Amino acid sequence: MGLALLAVIWLITFVSTYFFIAKTWWLPLGASAAAAGIDRQFTVTYILMGIVFVLAQGSLGLFVWQYRDHGSARKAEYSHGNTKMEVVWTVLTAILFVGLNLMGSPIWAAERFKPADDGALPVEVTGMQFAWYFRYAGPDGKFGLTSPKLMDPSAGSEAAIGLDTSDPMAKDDVVTGTMVLPVNRQVDLTLRAVDVIHSFFVPNMRFKQDAVPGLAIHMHFTPTQIGDYEIACAELCGLGHYKMHGMLKVVSPEDFDKWLAAREAEKQ
Amino acid sequence: MATSEIAHAHAAPQGFIRKYIFSLDHKVIGLQYFFLALTAVWVGMILSLFMRIHMVWPSADLPLVGHIQPEAYLSLVTMHGTIMVFFVLTTAPQGGFGNYFLPIQIGAPDMAFPVLNMLSFWTTFVAFMIMIAAFFVTGGAPLHGWTGYPPLSAVQSTGPGEGLGADLWITSIAIFCAASLMGALNFITTTLDLRAKGMSMMRMPLTVWSWFITAILGLLAFGVLLSAGILLLMDRNLGTSFYVPLVVVSGQLMGHRGGSPLLWQHLFWFFGHPEVYIAIVPGMGVASQLLSTFSRKPIFGYKAMVYAMLSIGFLGFMVWGHHMFMSGMSPYSAFAFSILTMSIGVPSAIKTFNWLGTIWRGRVRFYTPMLFAVGFVSLFVSGGLSGPFLAQPTLDIPLHDTAFVVGHFHLIMGVAAIFGIFAATYYWFPKMFGRMMNEALGKIHFWFTFIGTYSIFMPMHYLGMAGQPRRYSQFTEVAYLQHLIPLNRFITYAAIVTISAQLIFVINLFWSLLKGPKASDNPWEATTLEWITASPPPHDNFGGHTPVVHNGPYEYGVPGAARDYILQTDPAIAPSSAH
Repeated sequence: MGLALLAVIWLITFVSTYFFIAKTWWLPLGASAAAAGIDRQFTVTYILMGIVFVLAQGSLGLFVWQYRDHGSARKAEYSHGNTKMEVVWTVLTAILFVGLNLMGSPIWAAERFKPADDGALPVEVTGMQFAWYFRYAGPDGKFGLTSPKLMDPSAGSEAAIGLDTSDPMAKDDVVTGTMVLPVNRQVDLTLRAVDVIHSFFVPNMRFKQDAVPGLAIHMHFTPTQIGDYEIACAELCGLGHYKMHGMLKVVSPEDFDKWLAAREAEKQ
Repeated sequence: MATSEIAHAHAAPQGFIRKYIFSLDHKVIGLQYFFLALTAVWVGMILSLFMRIHMVWPSADLPLVGHIQPEAYLSLVTMHGTIMVFFVLTTAPQGGFGNYFLPIQIGAPDMAFPVLNMLSFWTTFVAFMIMIAAFFVTGGAPLHGWTGYPPLSAVQSTGPGEGLGADLWITSIAIFCAASLMGALNFITTTLDLRAKGMSMMRMPLTVWSWFITAILGLLAFGVLLSAGILLLMDRNLGTSFYVPLVVVSGQLMGHRGGSPLLWQHLFWFFGHPEVYIAIVPGMGVASQLLSTFSRKPIFGYKAMVYAMLSIGFLGFMVWGHHMFMSGMSPYSAFAFSILTMSIGVPSAIKTFNWLGTIWRGRVRFYTPMLFAVGFVSLFVSGGLSGPFLAQPTLDIPLHDTAFVVGHFHLIMGVAAIFGIFAATYYWFPKMFGRMMNEALGKIHFWFTFIGTYSIFMPMHYLGMAGQPRRYSQFTEVAYLQHLIPLNRFITYAAIVTISAQLIFVINLFWSLLKGPKASDNPWEATTLEWITASPPPHDNFGGHTPVVHNGPYEYGVPGAARDYILQTDPAIAPSSAH
């Protein structure tokens, strides 16, 4: 029985670790400025935790086999523990865990403590059951007013977010169901939700943030690779949660300008 | 100490109803909790089976439920989580085994407040009935998940199930909270006041410490959830706006103004995180007790184990914000929550180290309870080590609310805690029912469950890394999830096998109950007080006398002793041999 336990614990350890190392399933391609740092912190964490995992499971399997009761005269050692080893172990794990934490903190700080850069492109993201809407401020660079009283999801994107078309600043606002961003330019997001909590999750951008009714949450990220990326909702928002899906198209700055100009033209 | 008059006040009951239904005997109440949890775990498990099947074959027709709609899937998610957390993981280890064995292990004739104890069980029972009723009302069970985040949970028009079903759900939880508060008070008072002569705090078995600490956590945590739940009920039915700001649901402007959805998250997780420890700490106690008993060796670092559990409990109240890194809460507070969360790794590592140290140079006997205790340690390590990923806000950006989290908490507070319950069942069954369980069936059950649960929950980490969000009823609508469907199918197959294998446990349990060979008073040659009395123990636990304790709880393999275990009531061993 001891040998079987050893074999199974070691096998589980091996198989689990194998799939981590082989990267059979791994983080999706990172296509934002923050991705490299986040992925590095992830890799460091998984190497360190992997070592502890293998050592702990390995010795558990080894000990239950090695110290099995096989009827020999060997007696169990009478010991209530070892304070010195206990202290060493405690200090080591404290350094490991707290150190790992401090290592990752600058990335978090860069992501969330600083406001967006001056040249960032403002985009407002609005989540509602079960769609995402994106608003661009237009040539005036200012978002117009919206009003909850005007919200009507059945009458197009602008009505869905309650755009007040009588406001002059709202005249040039563009509201779309697909997010289009220029590559290598920071985006200054304002995240809103109108009904329940949603979470704006773009795996390739290494970006996730809840959109909460009553709050306008400012966030920023910088896409670095042209391409199409999926947006998923990561906070349970009701029966259509699984299909609250959107697309992010990252294009060249020229294509972005052309696209936005075309949307403006459509409005006239 | 040891004033047993209070608890002694009730004589052995006559008649079926006072003896088995409205019993004041902590042992009967413990069994009632145990069988309630056993019923609940089957309900919760069947729900998860439906979920797993629906996720990978969304158009399948299932027995009982037919074709599952996405909203019905979310009801399954909600009810699976709620039933498992409250009516299994809180009920079985604490209400069940704690109730039965805490008084016996400290040498008391009963709990400090037997009537309160009975009331606590029956209140829990009512809560369970109300929870189950949510399935059968118009709109069905709520779809807001076990965490019940408003406004989804607070506004009736946000989805099916958010009507009467959600009201029943909250009411049930509030009643459960009240029951748990009664239980917690009883456990704490009993531990502090009813210990036998010689049973100093530092001679208490680690199981008693674990129930005691769990009770303190419960006392501090359930009150908060109870209040939070009442506020949620008011938001839903009385037009208050604690949690709901101005919202527009399906184009309809609601009447709420100015509430904060984050307030609920703070209150919920102030309960919810300690709740994780309420589920797992008793398992730590059981694992410690069993590893020492079956390795025939004193527990490695008894005091360190006690302090580790105390600090896990203490720190557990200061880390709730790590569930909210992506919530819109101040990013600065994430720093504090994160570093405190990582600190919990330290006492957890001490425990693991000491469990390994207990086995090291022991003489391990592989009875079924020991297999489950070893399994507990393995799962505790596996589930624990994904914690430092999620404790870092930086890594929560890709991992929060993905299958990685589901894998993490199922391994540690789900399966590890369940292994604690299985270990406790196999270990104490002879004491509770006077019969032995079948070893062969027990071992088969262990192998299926151990390998099965790893096969279910380890792959979820890979899915989460690849970005699979939680609580998706199917993966057909998002392109990047398509290639994860085969792995999801594998998990479903593993779940079907593992859940089926639990029938072996049930068969063993009921067969042994009726036909198992008679158990002696001390079949495992263990040292704590429950093993000095009859199997099952008499009404007053020790047949009219009160034990006097002379030794620590885990004196195995004492050099020079006649046998390899020294009961706590045996004459004191020479201090020189206890180095």
